Amino acid sequence: MKKARTSPAAFPKPEIGREMKGADCVVECLIREGVDVIFAYPGGASQELHQALARTDKIRVILPRHEQGGSFAAEAYSRASGQVGVCMATSGPGATNLVSAIADAYMDSIPMVAITGQVYSKYIGKMAFQETDFYGMTLPVVKHSYLVLDANELPRVFKEAFHLAKSGRPGPVVIDIPKDVQQAKIQPVFPTTVEFRNPTITAECHATDEQLKQLIPLLAEAKRPVIYAGGGIISAEAHRELKAFAEKTNIQVATTLMGLGGFPESHELSLRWFGMHGSAYGNWAVDQCDLLIGVGVRFDDRITGDTSKFATQAKIVHIDVDASEHNKNKRVLLPITGDVRHALGRLNELLAVHKFTAPDTKAWHQQLGKWKKDHPFSFEKSKHIVPQEAVQTLYELTKGNAIITTGVGQHQMWAAQFYQFQEPRRYLSSLGLGAMGFGYPAALGAKVARPDLEVIDIDGDGSFAMNIQELATAHIEKIAAKAMILNNQHLGMVVQWEDRFYGSVRGNTILGDESNVGSPDNPSALYPDFVKIAEGYGVKGRRVIKKSELREAISEMLAHDGPYVLDVIVPYTEHVLPMIPAGRSVKEMLLK
Amino acid sequence: MRHTISVLVENKFGVLARVAGMISGRGFNIDSLNVAPTHDATLSRITIVLKGDDAALELCQKQLRKLVNVVDVADFKEGQAVLRELALVKVRADSGNRAEIVQIADIFRAKIVNLAPTEVIIEVTGDEEKLNAFLGLLEPFGVLELARTGRLALKR
Repeated sequence: MKKARTSPAAFPKPEIGREMKGADCVVECLIREGVDVIFAYPGGASQELHQALARTDKIRVILPRHEQGGSFAAEAYSRASGQVGVCMATSGPGATNLVSAIADAYMDSIPMVAITGQVYSKYIGKMAFQETDFYGMTLPVVKHSYLVLDANELPRVFKEAFHLAKSGRPGPVVIDIPKDVQQAKIQPVFPTTVEFRNPTITAECHATDEQLKQLIPLLAEAKRPVIYAGGGIISAEAHRELKAFAEKTNIQVATTLMGLGGFPESHELSLRWFGMHGSAYGNWAVDQCDLLIGVGVRFDDRITGDTSKFATQAKIVHIDVDASEHNKNKRVLLPITGDVRHALGRLNELLAVHKFTAPDTKAWHQQLGKWKKDHPFSFEKSKHIVPQEAVQTLYELTKGNAIITTGVGQHQMWAAQFYQFQEPRRYLSSLGLGAMGFGYPAALGAKVARPDLEVIDIDGDGSFAMNIQELATAHIEKIAAKAMILNNQHLGMVVQWEDRFYGSVRGNTILGDESNVGSPDNPSALYPDFVKIAEGYGVKGRRVIKKSELREAISEMLAHDGPYVLDVIVPYTEHVLPMIPAGRSVKEMLLK
Repeated sequence: MRHTISVLVENKFGVLARVAGMISGRGFNIDSLNVAPTHDATLSRITIVLKGDDAALELCQKQLRKLVNVVDVADFKEGQAVLRELALVKVRADSGNRAEIVQIADIFRAKIVNLAPTEVIIEVTGDEEKLNAFLGLLEPFGVLELARTGRLALKR
C-alpha cells in the first residue's frame, strides 16, 4: 500500500535545533511559520508557553480580555490579511471559550491555528482541575486537530497544522499541548516538508483543461448568464482572474456576503450581492438566468432559499476546490473541482486561445440595468437618524476605503447594503455561524493586520455588548479600532421576524427596561450608557441622537487617533429589505 | 438502502472518532462497525454497514475523504466485494442435546471452540444470511450470549 516517494535527497534536509523546552519549541515553530502576532490569554496549563513567548521579541502577544475576543481577533486577522491567524488559551474554560471562533472559522473556511494548554498528561481523563477533552469537544468543527503527547512531535505537528489551515479549502486546526509536553527538554528536528497519506491533501487541486473547455460552449450559447461568486474568490485570491473573466465574457456578477469585495461593487457588471437580504436585481438575475456559473460557493440556504425553486431555468456550473460541495445542496450540470484562481486564470487563457467573443446578450443587460435602476437598495428618510443612513454616511466619509467588521443582525445586513466594497478582505463578518459579538474583537484583529487602513466595527447594541470588554484590549494595546453602534435598544433582527411572522409579540428582544424603552424620542431611558462604559475603559466615546449631528460625529470618530465608540441612536422600527423569508423563493421576496 | 462502506485510515488515535462522528453527525445509524489494522500496521480498515439515503451517503463519503487521516473510501455495491462476518455464540447444551448441536454446527462448517458441562461456544463465519440461519436453528436450545464482528468486506 505504500506509495513510491521521491528520493529523500530531493527534499531539503530537516534541521536539527538546539536543546530546548517544548514550550520554546512551540515558539520556534511559530516564528518559522512567519507568525508575528498571537492573541493569547494565559492560565495554568498555558503558562509555560507564555513564559517562552516572553523570551522572544519576534512575536507580539496581544492579551484579549476574554478568550472569545482573542480568538475572533485572530480569525479577523486572518480574514483581513490572508495569513494564518493564531490564538491561544489555557485548558478547560480557556479552551471552551475558543469554541465559537473555531466553529466560525470552520463555517467560513478561515485559516486559523488555535493552541490550547492541557493538563499534565498523567491527569488526562481524570477530571483534573481545568481539564476538558478539547480534542474530542472540537472534532466536528475543525479541519484537523492534534493532541501532542510527545514533545518531539511538536515541529511536525506545527508544520502540518499550518499547511492544513491554509491549503485547499482553508479552516481551523487545533493543537492541544499538555503541560508536561511544554516542559519536556527536547532536541527538536524541524522538518522542511509535510507528508500526508490522504492523497487529496498534498495533490495539487487543479481543474483540467478538458473540464474547463466544457464551459466554453455553454458561455457561447447563453442568453442570460450570471456569475455567482463566493468566499472562495477571496480565500484563493482570485479577484483579478474573476474580473478578467467577467469582462472577457461580458457576464454580470452577483456575489455572496462571503464574496463581498471579490468583485468591485461599482463595476458596471456588478449585481452587488444576493440572497436573503441581498439586492432585488441580484436575486432576480439569478432566478431568471439560463447559465449560472458558481465560483467558490456552497449554495448556502441563505443564498438559495428553497433549493427546488433556485435558478430553475439555469444550466449550473460549479467550480470549487472542495469536491464534497458539488451537488451537496443543489444538483449541477457541470461540477469542476479545482482551485478557483487557477480555474479562472486558465479559463481566461483558453478563451483567448479559442478567440472567444461574448455572445449578444444586450437584451439581458438591458433587463438587468432596468432592475438595477428601479430597485436599488433604498430606505425612507425619517426625522431621526435611520441606521441605513448612518452606514451610508460612513461610506461617504471614508470614501469606501475602510475595513468594516460587524456583529450579527440587522446592522450586519445594512453594513453590506449601504457600504460598497471594491476590494476583497474589506467586509469581515461572521456569516456561516452568525456569531454575535464578532464585530469589535474582529476590528482589533483587522487593525493589527492592516494598521494602514481605517477599521470600523458597524455593530448593534446587542452584539457589541457581547464582547464589550475588548475595549480594554484596544486601549492597552493601542489598537485604533473604532465602533459605530447602531443602537436601537432591541435585538433588531429577531424583532423584525417577530413583526413579520409572530404578530409583533416581543419574546425577550428588548435590551433595556421593557416598561420604559429608550429611543431617539425617549433619550433619558437609553440603556446602557456605552459612552460611560467606553470612558471607564479609557476609550473616547460619543452618543449622537440628532440627525443634524451625524455627519460631524462620524467625522470626529474618523479623525480620532485611537479607539473610539460612536453610539448612534436609531429607531427600532426599521426592517432590513428586501427579504426572502427563510426556506422560500425569490417569488416571495418582500420589498416593503 | 443498505451500504457497506470501507474506509482505509491511518492507524492513529482519534481517527475512529472522526469517522464515526462524521457519520453520526449526519443522522446515520451504524448497523455494524469493524476496525483492525491491515497488513501495513500503520493503516487500519474500518468497515461500516449502515442504511441511508443514497445521496446523503454519497455526500458523507466525500466528506470522509476530506478527513486528514483517511487514505481511501469505498462503497461496495452488491457483488463487488467478498462479505464475511464471524460470530461466537454460547449455547446451552448438555449430554442430551449436544450431539444434535454439533451436527448442526457441522452442516454450517462451524467449530466448537469451547465445551463445558452445560454449554458450548461455537465459532461460525459466513455472510449475514448464513449466520442468521444458523443462529435461528440454535435459538430453541437457548442462546446464552452472542458476539459478532460485524461485516468485513474486501473488494474482489
